[in-house]
Amino acid sequence: MAFYVLRRLAFLPLTLLLVAFATFVVLRLTGNPVDIFLDINRTPEQVAALSQRLHLDQPLPMQFLIFLRDLAHGYFGESLQFSGSAAGVVWQRVGATLQLAGAGLGLALVLGVAGGIACAVWRDRAADTVISAVAVAGQSMPSFWLGMLLIEFFALQLHWLPTSGYGDLKHLVLPAVTLAAILLPNFVLITRTAIIELAGEQFVVTGRSKGLSRGRVLITHILPNAVNPVLSFLGIQIGTLMAGSIITETIYAWPGVGRLLINSIFHRDVPVVEASVFFIATTIALANLLVDVLQMLIDPRIRRA
Amino acid sequence: MRKRRIFGKRFKIAVGGGIVGLAVLAAVLAPLIAPWDPYQQDLMARLKPGFWSAHAASGHFLGTDNYGRDLLSRLIYGSRLSILVGVSSMLFSALIGSVAGVIAGLRGGAIEQAIMRFADAQMAFPDILLAILMVAALGGNALNLILVLGISRWMVYARVVFGLTRSLRERPFVEAATLYGGGSFYIMRQHILPQVMPVLTVLATLQVAQMILQETALSFLGLGLPPPAATWGNILAEGNTRLFIAPWIANMAGVAIIVLVWGVNMLGNGLREHYDPRLAGP
Repeated sequence: MAFYVLRRLAFLPLTLLLVAFATFVVLRLTGNPVDIFLDINRTPEQVAALSQRLHLDQPLPMQFLIFLRDLAHGYFGESLQFSGSAAGVVWQRVGATLQLAGAGLGLALVLGVAGGIACAVWRDRAADTVISAVAVAGQSMPSFWLGMLLIEFFALQLHWLPTSGYGDLKHLVLPAVTLAAILLPNFVLITRTAIIELAGEQFVVTGRSKGLSRGRVLITHILPNAVNPVLSFLGIQIGTLMAGSIITETIYAWPGVGRLLINSIFHRDVPVVEASVFFIATTIALANLLVDVLQMLIDPRIRRA
Repeated sequence: MRKRRIFGKRFKIAVGGGIVGLAVLAAVLAPLIAPWDPYQQDLMARLKPGFWSAHAASGHFLGTDNYGRDLLSRLIYGSRLSILVGVSSMLFSALIGSVAGVIAGLRGGAIEQAIMRFADAQMAFPDILLAILMVAALGGNALNLILVLGISRWMVYARVVFGLTRSLRERPFVEAATLYGGGSFYIMRQHILPQVMPVLTVLATLQVAQMILQETALSFLGLGLPPPAATWGNILAEGNTRLFIAPWIANMAGVAIIVLVWGVNMLGNGLREHYDPRLAGP
């Protein structure tokens, strides 16, 4: 077992290298950083100075090596709009993002799995029809509009919760609900499908025919087997979670990495953009690794494969 | 025997298709049906509510925005961009993705590894993040949005088409065609594509919904078409800053988005049940 985890861990540097490459490609090849960085009224001297500072006067492979060298030192350059290194600026906001992402994911997972189980158990009955219909409608809901509706209702009308900002638990409620709502419908539908598919398996029929109750078969035979499809879906959704946190942080002025990224794009702060992107991509890679390891721990079939 | 569901595939295809059809019609006929010019400002009639209020400005069914522009007209014109970007970027990514998937599936070997590992790597990178960075670098106009959104989703098609092609390659009729001397392109056109088409249709329909949401999200973040362009995302973003005094601006744009996206999703789910009854959900 440890061997498999170690082998998977050995691939981590490769994944991170791919992430570094992706960050580099996206930022260097989809447009000249100088164009993003300097505005229309730039002078040739400014362009030359910035090109030299960002090593843009070097050939591309050399640029990538320089980028990797700096990356190995955790250095992305100095931020332009804030004092200090870009990595430091991003690092200050990591806590807020992880707090929001954790709360949103936890909420979506608990409610989504519960809803999916309810749908599967009462398949094609009223509860299933209603929950599934709401889930499909939820998939069509732009999360930022849901955020606005929540602000309108709970903050502006009822004055129960703050409209935006960062602080105590009250500030976390609306952003976490908004972020959870992005993932929730998918978790409901995936859990539902997984359970319904398992319910047709032979070990379920056997369990029922030897006299186990429906509830008992569900708890001892179906649910343990449904964990893995849900987990592998969770792995895929980590990207959606991080993308959703960018939008949620923007709606609620949540001081996390996502909002920093959007602000830095508008302020043409390339080092911070690079550091934010690298942080987000690394988080996704690490979370996927964690999901893979968890799946191996839970399901011996994957270990043997 | 299971009792027949009320919300079966026919219902979904009819309702979803109806909504999508109406939206397309509204987009095409926008100049004829929009009561006002969507860019015509009337500063005397700023932020007027619509028909539900006693203070409604006459002639503005859904009220006006911060510049006194007619909200209904802006929404009708906004459907043009949403549908244009949604459908075009879907076509673009479906084209790249299915060609890449078929090539990877038929050729195998190093080409397969190169294409599919690249697809995997891009899967690990949030599509909206990629789109944000590319729009920030290239600028937001309709063509760029289509290209950017298309590139950010090609791997979804590539993975599905690759899986299907690889299993089709082993099937007797493809092997027979190969033995008879059929070239790659011939096999692709005659044997692979017709088999892949139903799955591709369903996937593509559902992806249009995703593309429309992505476009409005980019507009909301300020990275779509720059104002004053009448797009649903822009209207929503403008409404966001006036949530307290004119909540209807954001809400109407939100309703427009959710109705169209829901219609597309319904159509896609209905088509999926039609092509693959095993997957029939509620």
